[in-house]
Amino acid sequence: MSGRASVTELAGRLSAVVGARNCYTSASELLTYECDGLTHGRTRPDVVVLPGSTEEVAEVVRLARAAGRPIVPRGSGTGLSGGARPVPGSVVVALSRMRRILEVNLEDGWIRVEPGVINLDVTRHVSAAGYYYAPDPSSQSICSIGGNVAFNSGGAHCLKYGFTVNHVLGARVVLHDGRVVDIGGPALDTPGHDLLAALVGSEGMVGIVTEVTLRLLRKPEATRTFFATFPSTDEGGEAVSRIIAAGILPAAIEMMDRLAIVAAKAATGLDWPDVGAALLMDADGPTAEVEDLSARAVQIARDAGALELRLPRNEAERQLMWKGRKSAFAAVGRISPNYMVEDGVIPRSEIAPVLREIESMAKEQGLRVANVFHAGDGNLHPLVLYDAREQGQEERAEQLGGDILRMCVRRGGSITGEHGVGSEKAAYMADMFGPDDLETMKWVRAAFDPDGCFNPGKVFPSSRLCGEKPGPGGVEHPAVRSGEVQRW
Amino acid sequence: MSGSGRHPALDCVHCGFCLPVCPTWLSWGREPDSPRGRIEIARAMLDGAAPSPEMVGHLDSCLGCMACIAACPSGVRYDVVIEEARARVEASGTRTPADAGRRSAIFSLFPHPGRLRVAAFFLWLWRASGLRWLTRASGLVRLFPFLGRLDALAPDLGLAEVTASLPAHTPATGASRGRVALVGGCVQRVFFPGVNAATLRVLSAEGYEVVVPEGQGCCGALSVHAGRDEEARGMTRALVERLEASGADTFLVNAAGCGSHLKDLGHLFAADPAWHDRAVAFSRKVKDVTEFLAAVPARAPRHPLPGKLAYHSPCHLGHAQGVQEPPRALLRAIPGVELVEVPEGDQCCGSAGIYNLVQVEASDELGARKARNVLATGAPFLASANPGCTLQVLRVLREQGASVQAAHPIEILDASIQGRPFPGRRG
Repeated sequence: MSGRASVTELAGRLSAVVGARNCYTSASELLTYECDGLTHGRTRPDVVVLPGSTEEVAEVVRLARAAGRPIVPRGSGTGLSGGARPVPGSVVVALSRMRRILEVNLEDGWIRVEPGVINLDVTRHVSAAGYYYAPDPSSQSICSIGGNVAFNSGGAHCLKYGFTVNHVLGARVVLHDGRVVDIGGPALDTPGHDLLAALVGSEGMVGIVTEVTLRLLRKPEATRTFFATFPSTDEGGEAVSRIIAAGILPAAIEMMDRLAIVAAKAATGLDWPDVGAALLMDADGPTAEVEDLSARAVQIARDAGALELRLPRNEAERQLMWKGRKSAFAAVGRISPNYMVEDGVIPRSEIAPVLREIESMAKEQGLRVANVFHAGDGNLHPLVLYDAREQGQEERAEQLGGDILRMCVRRGGSITGEHGVGSEKAAYMADMFGPDDLETMKWVRAAFDPDGCFNPGKVFPSSRLCGEKPGPGGVEHPAVRSGEVQRW
Repeated sequence: MSGSGRHPALDCVHCGFCLPVCPTWLSWGREPDSPRGRIEIARAMLDGAAPSPEMVGHLDSCLGCMACIAACPSGVRYDVVIEEARARVEASGTRTPADAGRRSAIFSLFPHPGRLRVAAFFLWLWRASGLRWLTRASGLVRLFPFLGRLDALAPDLGLAEVTASLPAHTPATGASRGRVALVGGCVQRVFFPGVNAATLRVLSAEGYEVVVPEGQGCCGALSVHAGRDEEARGMTRALVERLEASGADTFLVNAAGCGSHLKDLGHLFAADPAWHDRAVAFSRKVKDVTEFLAAVPARAPRHPLPGKLAYHSPCHLGHAQGVQEPPRALLRAIPGVELVEVPEGDQCCGSAGIYNLVQVEASDELGARKARNVLATGAPFLASANPGCTLQVLRVLREQGASVQAAHPIEILDASIQGRPFPGRRG
């Protein structure tokens, strides 16, 4: 590896590959890439480069590596765990110019797209033919497929349909040395190690995905939605547990608490009542089945103490209800100057006690917490509200967020459901995994990226920077020691 | 400033929901050319960074279409952010002399209907005399591309149109339902006098008495959107005084850019206690003419206008004023009209005030996209409620050798009431 090249030299070479307009080195442009959807904590990269093709990505990776620079891949920059936050001295490879839809095969039910394609645009592209792409993060109107693959993104409807990993059939990946490999393919199963599963959710540490083949599903024949209000999250949580215990698998079942309802109302103008909790449920499938499931779920919600039940009269009303739910995160900006979005998982049966515990923890810190969550999965999104101008509030908010995550682990859950670990939760990984677990994960990573040049400093509690001593934990891989494998 | 007293740029939570509706982000995929990126730039300036040429470039590339405002779940007042950032740029002297000169030329012409009329007269003379051919052939237009751009944009005009003036008072037909004042607009008045004439006829036919206060200058919209706040305040005060003096309590506008500005004067006068409340009170009485008419029961009978009509929603009407349904409802109510939507109808056409004069490349890209979408409807007629959009779409279609017949919704309504065929100019 040659010595670290100056920014100007490197930028000159990168510009020759992608064009000067797609390579930024000026402070006034770099500052727009300092963070993703997680805004507390920013780092300015040295260069931002926007390649337009697989070949350009490969060349960019070779150049950045030759210059000894860490590489931070970025999609639409909507991630909530700081996964696309630059590291010092890094080259950010933003994929937002690569957004062509390359091939559609409806007969076999797949689509091949570039990583910058927006999640919802996949569905839009095949909607008229009666198909859709199932994973639906709340940011689906802007988040990119590449980012979804990196973070194994979920969404409200993943309860029934599974996460991104269940919908990726194949990917073309640029590796750390600029080689391009294809993993998986349109066939539903390929022999050997499931490398796709290692790639999906790797948070940008395995390589840069430049093409993705996604599964498409037929749109369900019918969807029934209902919105139910409850005096408190106790009754709401009880309703969720009972619905699922009755053998009903909703397409989605979402809960919001009082503060989240207030925020969603402020953003969308919906006439939702001022109540302690609200549930939004979708059942989908053949008409006869969803009619029955939906009617049963409504009855269960009533029995669990629902105050009011609303059924949308048409598709527009249904969309509006979902818009209220999907804009809830950003809408919290209307009721608080700053907030942190947490993402934890708990067993579904623990919803009510966990929410009560969160409330008392928040009281202790003198802060407010709004709760939006995928109730069916037990995936909580506590939004810790604070005001950064008030001395000490940001620190208290961080403290509270951490306490909530540790409590999730204590109750048998996880520190992330779908937002990823990124830079924000690396510190909590040790609460969930022992040293051996983490070491194993690092070996997997090192198999793809031995020098750790892709997105260093993320996921693992403490990490080397690009170009430091190879091997996780500073130990050389046994295969290297025995001479079976060489590093170059 | 937002409700909390903070600068609105600080309300952004970085969710990115504004990106997929932003025309420049859709075209280029580059963060500094997105609302979220421009807000970051505005924040940096707020923290004391001097505007760099790169910052100015990215702020200039914003069309001001306000699609991002409608998409923002956090309610960020991006309009205030961008206008304030632009005001900082103008105050900083960062622009190159050539750029500054071109801008000052634009602002010494367009917001001055009197001068614009003189210019239009010379334009007519130049075209009518054959000199246009000569200057084009001699390459003069290539030497001064800006002049060529102006020429390509300006519609064909008759001498009668160039010298047309509006009656100060138009009585209601039949019993009067009320009295309203009309804002004449600058470009509208000079290049589209037919729109104002049609507005007067329709309002009269619907039973309204219309006054057009004399001596109306520019409302200040062009200037405020470009960050020339002081100039804008002067123009706005003068126009508000004229209109208030008419004694009417409804002020109608038929150009979307003017309307969006006049409806939201509070921000411009936030630091002027003598004018703030007066401006806010004035803004409450401003309505788009289609908004006004759609809210009252129709009185004049409509004659059929059979045909497929595409509706173009101007950004400053749809996004900035939130007026979506009224013009569509008025047009749909005309017997025979088959109203269709333009695909990607929320996207800006690239006209955007002075944008198509100063950001030629980006504007052409967006114009071509809009023209493709208009043609995709297969409609021979196009309704467009903003003069800038109409000029832009017609220019691009003309350059592509395609043709639709474009008119303001009020002209179409007028034709229906009068029993005349589809009005409009061809592109």
